[in-house]
Amino acid sequence: MAVNNTMASEKSASNTLRVRRTVAYVVLGIISFFCLIWFYMLFINATRSNAELGQGFTVIPSTHLGENLKNLFHGTIPVGNGMINSLLIASLTALLSTYFSTMTAYSIQVYNYKGKNAIFTFILAIMMIPTQVTALGFINLVRKMNLEDNFIPLIVPSIAAPITFFYLKQYMASNLPLSLIEAARIDGEGELGIFNKIALPLMKPAIAVQAIFTFVSSWNNYFTPSLILHEDKKKTLPILIAQLRSADWLKFDMGQVYAMIAFSIFPVILVYLFLSKYIVGGVTAGGVKE
Amino acid sequence: MRNLKKRLALVSALALSGAMLAGCGEAAAPATTTAAKAEETTAAAKADETTAAAADNGAAETEAAAPAASADEGKVLNIQVWNDEFINRVTSHYPGYEKVDDTHGKIGDVEVVWTITPSNDNAYQNNLDSVLPSNADAAADSKVDIFLVEADYALKYVDADANVAMKLSDLGITDADLGDQYQYTKDVVTDANGDLRGASWQACSAGLIYNRDIAKEVIGSDDPAEVQKAVADWATYNDTAKKVADAGYLMTAGYADTFRVYSNNVSAPWVQNGKVVVDANIKQWAEDTKAQVDAGQTTASADLWGDEWAKGFYPAGDTKGVFCYFGPAWFFNFSMHGDDAASIGAKGGWGFTVGPQGHFWGGTWICAANGTDNPTLVKDIILKMTTDKGILKDIATQDSDCVNSKSVLADLSSSADGNLAILGGQNPYAVLAEGAEKVDMSKLSIYDQGCNEEYQKAMKNYFSGAAASYDEALAQFNTAIKEKYPELTTD
Amino acid sequence: MSKSNLVLVPTNKAKSGQIDKLNRWGYIFLIPFMLVFIVFQLIPLVNTLWNSLFENYMSGLKKVGPNFIGLGNYIKLFQEGDLAKYFGNTIIMWILGFIPQITISLLLSAWFTNPMLRLKCQRFFKTVIYLPNLIMASAFAMLFFTMFDTTGPVNGLFIKMGIFKEPYAFLLHVGSTRGLVAFMNCLMWFGNTTILLMAGMMGIPVDLFEAADVDGATPGQVFWKITLPLLRPIFIYVLITSLIGGLQMFDVPQILTNGSGDPMRTSMTLIMFLNKHLFSKNYGMAGALSVLLLIVTGVLSFIVFRMTAQDEVKKNRR
Repeated sequence: MAVNNTMASEKSASNTLRVRRTVAYVVLGIISFFCLIWFYMLFINATRSNAELGQGFTVIPSTHLGENLKNLFHGTIPVGNGMINSLLIASLTALLSTYFSTMTAYSIQVYNYKGKNAIFTFILAIMMIPTQVTALGFINLVRKMNLEDNFIPLIVPSIAAPITFFYLKQYMASNLPLSLIEAARIDGEGELGIFNKIALPLMKPAIAVQAIFTFVSSWNNYFTPSLILHEDKKKTLPILIAQLRSADWLKFDMGQVYAMIAFSIFPVILVYLFLSKYIVGGVTAGGVKE
Repeated sequence: MRNLKKRLALVSALALSGAMLAGCGEAAAPATTTAAKAEETTAAAKADETTAAAADNGAAETEAAAPAASADEGKVLNIQVWNDEFINRVTSHYPGYEKVDDTHGKIGDVEVVWTITPSNDNAYQNNLDSVLPSNADAAADSKVDIFLVEADYALKYVDADANVAMKLSDLGITDADLGDQYQYTKDVVTDANGDLRGASWQACSAGLIYNRDIAKEVIGSDDPAEVQKAVADWATYNDTAKKVADAGYLMTAGYADTFRVYSNNVSAPWVQNGKVVVDANIKQWAEDTKAQVDAGQTTASADLWGDEWAKGFYPAGDTKGVFCYFGPAWFFNFSMHGDDAASIGAKGGWGFTVGPQGHFWGGTWICAANGTDNPTLVKDIILKMTTDKGILKDIATQDSDCVNSKSVLADLSSSADGNLAILGGQNPYAVLAEGAEKVDMSKLSIYDQGCNEEYQKAMKNYFSGAAASYDEALAQFNTAIKEKYPELTTD
Repeated sequence: MSKSNLVLVPTNKAKSGQIDKLNRWGYIFLIPFMLVFIVFQLIPLVNTLWNSLFENYMSGLKKVGPNFIGLGNYIKLFQEGDLAKYFGNTIIMWILGFIPQITISLLLSAWFTNPMLRLKCQRFFKTVIYLPNLIMASAFAMLFFTMFDTTGPVNGLFIKMGIFKEPYAFLLHVGSTRGLVAFMNCLMWFGNTTILLMAGMMGIPVDLFEAADVDGATPGQVFWKITLPLLRPIFIYVLITSLIGGLQMFDVPQILTNGSGDPMRTSMTLIMFLNKHLFSKNYGMAGALSVLLLIVTGVLSFIVFRMTAQDEVKKNRR
């Protein structure tokens, strides 16, 4: 009897597991559909001519992809330059932002000094300032510093990224064992060395997460770059897309716009897939558990 | 509003310009050709006078008579634009312009630098706002010399107090030079003191473009003169709308189609003594449109350029056919999908007539930036691009712009070059020319762009029923205006 | 289990001088952040706050002000604007989007990290969820317009299925407009949240789950008793940043309603309202509004922080 009971409960457990799995697959399937449909639409629209696009959406791709891409690359929009500029700005932004945010978080998390809590609260407070508020003041400042048509005002400010900092700080709270740092100190390693060689590698998953977020938001940023970059060869992809969309009536071509949007999404997807290894692949965070 | 010029096809241009070019070579219009030639010569002679002092190589052919700037003028010509339309016009039509790359060129030994700032999110105007007021103090090579504006906000930049655009008279351009241009194109860039501060090569007068099949069915004829009788003024237009709806069609695709027709014909500016006043004609638009939406003659949901709005360019399938659109030459050349074999335009299914009131849509104006260090060259560019009949004729035939020249339009209206396939072979240029004469843009204020946009947005709520009454929608308009223009008062 | 907020504590007096020296590195590590912050954010910000006390805007190309008017801008904001209405809109649309977003994210991250479930194609699903965030908001909106147009595929489908009798204009009605804004926000950000939560869950040792399973814990118990408590720092982060992000909601409703916040401004958010003042470069009103926003966000975040992190706060006060 007892044996039978266990078997029955095991069976029902595996049944509920199967049900749960099925539910999970169905939900994931629906969610994936809602995530991917937009890329399908983008692709379809990129294959259609301007006139076809005016007729609303269809499910079947058309034949104008090559033509749209050809028009795009032979047009007056410096797509290649835009790609390089966007890549440069977004990568450097992601790099600087994550490195220095980790450093700031490390300072708050690991050391003990006067005014630490005040500084932490202060940084949290800055996080709440809407970016639109300082935008105009920021542009005026850039003009005064004579940094127009320069990438510096687009890259360097990312060193002070309160939201990235806050995340890394929270992650450190549960995933950075101080014993490791102590051990390294006893081994005679310098403080900067400990940060670079021990803390940074431990933070990889969190850094990858924030690197993606920062890269993507920099990649898609239109507002600030559009006010700073004026020279055609220095513009980023979102500005060039906007330029294509405000083309004069003789040249206006939604097919090209969609082709360009599709084209400019590719690198982000690649960067995302590359960085997501660190998150999705299941890197175990935290070398030593206390 | 350049972004209203969206959704335009490229290929139908070929059909038109092809026809025009073919026409030019034919003997069909010998008089025109001679006249144009004669004008070309005078224009060239004029250009020579301007540059005689500076140009050492005066022997160069007239084709390349680039006015090398005086020795003491700037070495860099900076031009602010929001797209490459004017770049292309200058590249292909301004004599002596050598293209270096897409945003750089040379005229003589002056380097030309184009700065493109897209108009999205007001970025173009924000950029002008930050560079123009301090232009005189800028370093010589970064001084803005020319900037372009659109009608909706032109007055902001040609304002006498702001003084960022030079008076054309200060450049040495006289009223006689601009005699062949339409008055409304001058009104748009005339400041409060009556000084002209810009010029355009385009005259985008517009009319009513109707679906010939529906016209035959409802009005009994698709002849422009007959249709005009059915839409001669707003009362008859509204009567026709009822008939069109009874036959199962929409009069216009959306609520906003007729707005510029009403708003181009106001009796007073939007703002008087710092107070916003809704003109009777504009209020009439709201009332007429509300009645039409309620009666199912138009919709509150179709915004200009949206998918629903553009459905009328195609034969009615599961959606209702649309009787008419309002637009200028560029609209039927490029917006109505005439290049798509399935469209009504490809079958020549549209007709063109003046409509209830004259109006215009679009156009680009050239302004000389105050503080420019290349006044001679700037003057020559404005003169050549907006008054040289040879160049304007080329622009009309090669780029399909409806040009700002009474004589060129007159030529086109009497020539087979002007017969358009999309209009079933009709020649619209007489109507366009007549319309351009009728447009009266003397009632402008610098607040027009904001007032027009916000009024339409607010009234959309009234049409859709989201606002319970006209007054409720008007209250929202007033709120929006106070946000945009804190110095104004409202009722 | 890891002790989260352990800081260097002097173990004996002889060591303390050395520790002080070490702690000096805390300041050094703060320098880059602070320097950049002061130059690129603080200066423009102080400028903004200072400006809120002045009448200062552009009329065309003419500058009006700055004239000192004290709290005049604040008074005007409360008298003229519909601040409460825009605040309500923002909160409603945020909650409409955030509830499904956090639910889906928690569910997915629980599934993904649950070793018992052993879902196949995990990599695929984990990768897919973040993809919508890669599309520019403006491009996304273009696709939404096509999708939900009166002549678009959604209307077509619903009419075919007999749900609608005639095309429904989504953006002319309050509920559907807010719904679309929430839907788009949720779609764009749930992957982001899931990734954050997953990265946090990765830090939870697998043997804890296994032990729980051996003890016969139900999936619900595992989630509430093990996953969530251990996830707390990240969960607080998600809550607070979502709240801040929600209060700063701008681009999606701005693009979807073409900046109007219609119908009748029922989808106008606080930042959209702020943006209206930026058109005339109205530093005065925009500054005043930002200060109010700062206060509201600060208070709300403080409440959330307090509610969720009481123990931690206590721990910090040693």
